[in-house]
Amino acid sequence: MVIPSSLKNCFQLFYVLKISAAGFKYTANRGLILQSVSSDVYQNLAVEDWIHDNMNLENRQVLFLWRNSPTVVIGRHQNPWQECNLKIMRKKNIKLARRRSGGGTVYHDLGNINFTFFTSKKKYERMENLKLVVRALKGLRPQLDVCATDRYDLLLDGNFKISGTAAKLGRTVAYHHCTLLCSADRFILSSVLKSPYKGIKSNATPSMPALVKNLFEEDPTLTCEMVMDAVAAEYARCHRIDHHITLINPADETVFPGINNKTKELQTWEWIYGKTPKFNISTCFNMVYEQSLLEVKVDIHVKHGRIEVCNIDLPEQWLPPAMCNELEENLIGSKFCPSETTALASALLRICPQNYELHSKWSLLCENVMTLM
Amino acid sequence: MSIFDKSAFKFSHQHRLFRTSAISSGQIVQFKLSDIGEGITEVTVKEWYVKEGDSVSQFDSICEVQSDKASVTITSRYDGIIRKLHYNLDEIAYVGKPLVDIETDALKDVASEEDVVETPAVSHEEHTHQEIKGHKTLATPAVRRLAMENNIKLSEVVGTGKDNRILKEDILNYLAKQTGAILPPSPKPEIIPPLPKSETAPAAPKDKGTKIPIPISKPIVFAGKDKTEAVTGFHKAMVKTMTAALKIPHFGYCDEIDLTQLVQLREELKPLAQIRGVKVSFMPFFIKAASLGLLHYPILNASVDENCQNITYKASHNIGVAMDTEQGLIVPNVKNVQVCSVFEIASELNRLLTLGSAGQLGTNDLTAGTFTLSNIGTIGGTYAKPVILPPEVAIGALGKIQVLPRFNGNGEVFKAQIMNVSWSADHRIIDGATMARFSNLWKSYLENPASMLLDLK
Repeated sequence: MVIPSSLKNCFQLFYVLKISAAGFKYTANRGLILQSVSSDVYQNLAVEDWIHDNMNLENRQVLFLWRNSPTVVIGRHQNPWQECNLKIMRKKNIKLARRRSGGGTVYHDLGNINFTFFTSKKKYERMENLKLVVRALKGLRPQLDVCATDRYDLLLDGNFKISGTAAKLGRTVAYHHCTLLCSADRFILSSVLKSPYKGIKSNATPSMPALVKNLFEEDPTLTCEMVMDAVAAEYARCHRIDHHITLINPADETVFPGINNKTKELQTWEWIYGKTPKFNISTCFNMVYEQSLLEVKVDIHVKHGRIEVCNIDLPEQWLPPAMCNELEENLIGSKFCPSETTALASALLRICPQNYELHSKWSLLCENVMTLM
Repeated sequence: MSIFDKSAFKFSHQHRLFRTSAISSGQIVQFKLSDIGEGITEVTVKEWYVKEGDSVSQFDSICEVQSDKASVTITSRYDGIIRKLHYNLDEIAYVGKPLVDIETDALKDVASEEDVVETPAVSHEEHTHQEIKGHKTLATPAVRRLAMENNIKLSEVVGTGKDNRILKEDILNYLAKQTGAILPPSPKPEIIPPLPKSETAPAAPKDKGTKIPIPISKPIVFAGKDKTEAVTGFHKAMVKTMTAALKIPHFGYCDEIDLTQLVQLREELKPLAQIRGVKVSFMPFFIKAASLGLLHYPILNASVDENCQNITYKASHNIGVAMDTEQGLIVPNVKNVQVCSVFEIASELNRLLTLGSAGQLGTNDLTAGTFTLSNIGTIGGTYAKPVILPPEVAIGALGKIQVLPRFNGNGEVFKAQIMNVSWSADHRIIDGATMARFSNLWKSYLENPASMLLDLK
């Protein structure tokens, strides 16, 4: 049953933390400040899941500090094709993650700090958390012009967004997390957060693009470590707990039993892409074949990340209708994914008439259809 | 989702009444969307985790709603069966209004309006940080644990130690008063003393007619369920390819290759390869040797049309290498091996492997292959029966390299590096003799790599 296991898990983490927070045990039960030693986005998101599912936050608050290697993180109900440039991300090995909280798309790298404020559902208060971060920053550099907006963003100099917010509410636990741009790569940020895909019609939550800036650009003496420490200190002061940051390893099953399963789940295709709300792509593109320009109209419906409906309109007789139908039929049920489509298209080529012209037309068409993915 | 929309309300109402009165003893409860906090009054329904007719337990997730960057999981307050979903996806749901209708068992207790917080009688805080009349209770961690395990509030125990410190005995005394029994001091499992002998073992079988008790076997209960899913995407295409492949009459030919000399050669070449920054495995040698063999037996690098009426001898040796990826089995090929050096083949192979593991191979890399080698030995196995990949006419499967004892020319036993190869070929156009001769030539190049130099193009 749920009661003993949640207590047991909570006790395990609590007991381990109590030992490592030796001397601070009297306040560890009021609040905890945790910092991840990992820069793997899936492991860090799994820590949030674990705390959400296992910790008793009735009279306790937790602050979790984490940073990730280059990753684009989309909100729970967003469409990655609408939000980011998957092609650039694949080339540059930038990961894609879907978090469990709502909100928009952000770019993380080691120059961005993530703060997660865990409370009971009753104590869920986003504005208070943001004011805490603002106080910490102003305490560090009084001349910084930072403020929170009513959309729960943090602005620098009234104009530039340095932080975005998202939240997740469960049955008894809630968490509010936000980013903070200290010294992130703005060039990569702007290139990956721009979607090249056209013709998408979807009810997924859209992101609001904004002008961004790094704190580092305002004051080059600021480092991520200083900012994390300042926020931790302010958190400790507010909740009257010891300013002690406990380092945690998100892969340690003895402290977080069951966490590796959560990490695995966050990495599955079914979670990252399959949870995209259903959408349609209605677009056309041009192909050049032997000095002639061809217009191709495409209508694809994607549900759970898989193609449900596929209509490809080619100029008449350019490709035998049977072949075009074969492609459409086989795409239905297939993942909306370039590697799956390439493998599928290549396999099908083995069984169609062996004719150089047909093969090159087929390859050209498939390559172009893949650019939509 | 409800198939009865609002215009058919009357029908759905009757339907529900009929069910309630005729079949079930449960009552339909309207589960309202509870307060989410921050003064929020409306949310958007983003995902349903249940559909009408599903049974749910208390605390199961029902749906995911979103409000202003917050994603909220709504869980059930009741056990029962979902009878109606009040909203479609992307509709606005209102706090305080019905979200779903659940048919509950009328006799069961229903959870209160308040969120249920799962804590035992005493929470952690009471044990570790207690203030009684301004003083903190003193107790060692072991004593605190004992109190917690027995659900005792430290504030209710009288401490008899120094500074009113609560000792283990105090907890035990408290418990004894509560339950009227003397409880064991530690939670260790009780050691059951062995029964006196006269009661234990069954008497020596003096009487052979004594019955041996038959153990009662419980029926084995396995709760797993079969799972059926459609074959789609790449797997569907593979079904078609393999069906076509098995229409080809295959014959097989197997042999054993002594790679001792090749292993040594590769070791000698490793430093040079490292300087050039390319990892050289055995595959580039296997591929080049195959191409040299195909120059003598071009029919193995051919293709036949659907009714086997015409053979096309392909000029390029585009040798495919089977690769196991996330998608499944894909076969990228190295183009024009006939004009490539072993090193160039190695570089190209590395490029294909890197792209393959990242799922980034293009159609150009995956098509126009003319001959295939499958190195199944890297996973395991010796002999195999590979399936020809149309429109090709031959394929080779390479087993793992094993160290085995063999006899040399002087009749002495030596350590040999042995690999098995299994060829399959299209028997409509290729005969056993051709395959055997090709295999022998390929084998001789690999067993004596110096001979490759003579014929290297």
